[in-house]
Amino acid sequence: MPDPAIEIENLTKEYPFGFLHLKKRTSLEGLSMQVEMGDVFGFIGPNGAGKSTTIKLLMGLIFPTAGSARILGKPISDVEMHRDIGYLPEQPYFYDYLTAAEVLDYFARFHDLTAADRKDRVDRMLKKVGLETARKIQLRKYSKGMLQRVGLAQAILHDPKVVILDEPMSGLDPVGRREVRDIILELKKDGKTVMFSTHILSDAETLCDRVGVIVGGKLRGVGAPGTLVDMKTLGMEILFELTKPSNVPLLSSATRTGECYRLQVPEQELYGAIEQLRGAGARILSVSQVKATLEEFFMNLVEADRAQGAAVEVSEQ
Amino acid sequence: MRRAGVVALNTFREAVRDRVLYNLVFFALLMIAASVAVGQISIGIEQTVIVSLGLSAISVIGLLISIFLGVALVSKEMDKRTLYALLAKPVRRSEFLLGKFAGLVLTLAVNTAAMALGLLLAMLYVKHSLERSDTVVLVAVYFILLKLALIVALALLFSCFTTPLLAILFTVGLYIAGLYVQELRNLPIEVMSPPMSAFTKWLSYLLPNFENFNVMAMAAHGRVVPGALILQNTLYTVVYCTIVLTAAAAVFSRRNLK
Repeated sequence: MPDPAIEIENLTKEYPFGFLHLKKRTSLEGLSMQVEMGDVFGFIGPNGAGKSTTIKLLMGLIFPTAGSARILGKPISDVEMHRDIGYLPEQPYFYDYLTAAEVLDYFARFHDLTAADRKDRVDRMLKKVGLETARKIQLRKYSKGMLQRVGLAQAILHDPKVVILDEPMSGLDPVGRREVRDIILELKKDGKTVMFSTHILSDAETLCDRVGVIVGGKLRGVGAPGTLVDMKTLGMEILFELTKPSNVPLLSSATRTGECYRLQVPEQELYGAIEQLRGAGARILSVSQVKATLEEFFMNLVEADRAQGAAVEVSEQ
Repeated sequence: MRRAGVVALNTFREAVRDRVLYNLVFFALLMIAASVAVGQISIGIEQTVIVSLGLSAISVIGLLISIFLGVALVSKEMDKRTLYALLAKPVRRSEFLLGKFAGLVLTLAVNTAAMALGLLLAMLYVKHSLERSDTVVLVAVYFILLKLALIVALALLFSCFTTPLLAILFTVGLYIAGLYVQELRNLPIEVMSPPMSAFTKWLSYLLPNFENFNVMAMAAHGRVVPGALILQNTLYTVVYCTIVLTAAAAVFSRRNLK
């Protein structure tokens, strides 16, 4: 079995605060996980959960209080490790006096590429992220979404083996998000390892081989999206229309969207509910299974964390 | 070293595209032109007036650029987070610092050369010819550049561990203190307690000695600057900058970015 692309062991980050920096706030607590070679790994969690902290630690932008990490077998303190890594920072910002082509050429110069190779790669990357026509415009005139595209281009410019993206979908319109998803899938097809953090759970669910859920600085779950959530059926959803007014008791628990009603019932009560609805003159449009989603798994964790935080606050008082 | 060069050229490009810099250089050239007018009403001492005013203008504008841009070299990159993508490339933090320093010194060299050219043209306008002894003006300009390089190094060091405002205050404070190093050495140490005299002595050697770079009076009067002083100031700047930049790299290499 090949070595993992990213190995994290007991990574901890504390920030001192208060008078004389005597107090400490833990941003990341004992994170241990691995990202396998060739995987697309989604790192999900609410704001302030520790996603960006983890990524900044991996990129050597901040230093761990404890623990260690290795990327492609090299410790994160090794500068040469960055030759094979691409990184997109959260809400990226670049030198606004440069054009997109100039900023990409500048970054390419750190990778020992020849002038011809640099030009070729810059042209290809600008085309890939849809900025060909804006290549000569200074970045000060770029929108947030365009800067995000420049950020993505500089991350994959040097054909890295591991690509780490911090909130790559942030600031993008639906078309841009679709293009980023396609780029991630293309990277996977080329055998690259991709780790990205996101708030958009549907993206993580559709793109990732594995996801890690981080809440309150602690890793709460890691695995394939399907194995993280309980796949058993939670109930049945009936979609129906009413042809005439009715006062069937079941209607009180249904939700109305336009002319349609949605009703969720336990699996064993499905047939009884359908009969009641038909008796009331309802036209059944569809019946489908309701399963737990990654979002529900995620929300349960977040709510449990908040409840625990509230309990700690009460006990401290 | 090559990677530091890439950073340096980009820093230079940033400065070249900054309109504020052109305004400052234009202001300096305006001051030099004004010195011609002042020189013409100073009968017999035209050259002294033009050279004194011209060199002062070059020095003041250079000081403004080196202090404000020197502090902004690192702090602006951290505030705007342009540093994030850069440090994710195979570049050491020390290489980044060295590149930023070299880029600003290169910018200062070009600006100072432009202003020195303006000064020489002003002298040519008044005297109708330049003499061999006028090369002392170029030596004075070179010393100003050395002084500015030292100030950039100090500004860079302070900006690595404190806020931009404090870094500016520290740099200005150290510059002013450095102008009086000789006075500090000449203090009557006999009347001081031994620990105080030892402290004063060490402090006078620790502070950057900016006094040695001031040959404005010699240049204004056309006196020759000794070659030994040129060599001494050059070596002093190289050694002092190396020490300060090493300290800056040591601090910055441990700094957590926001």
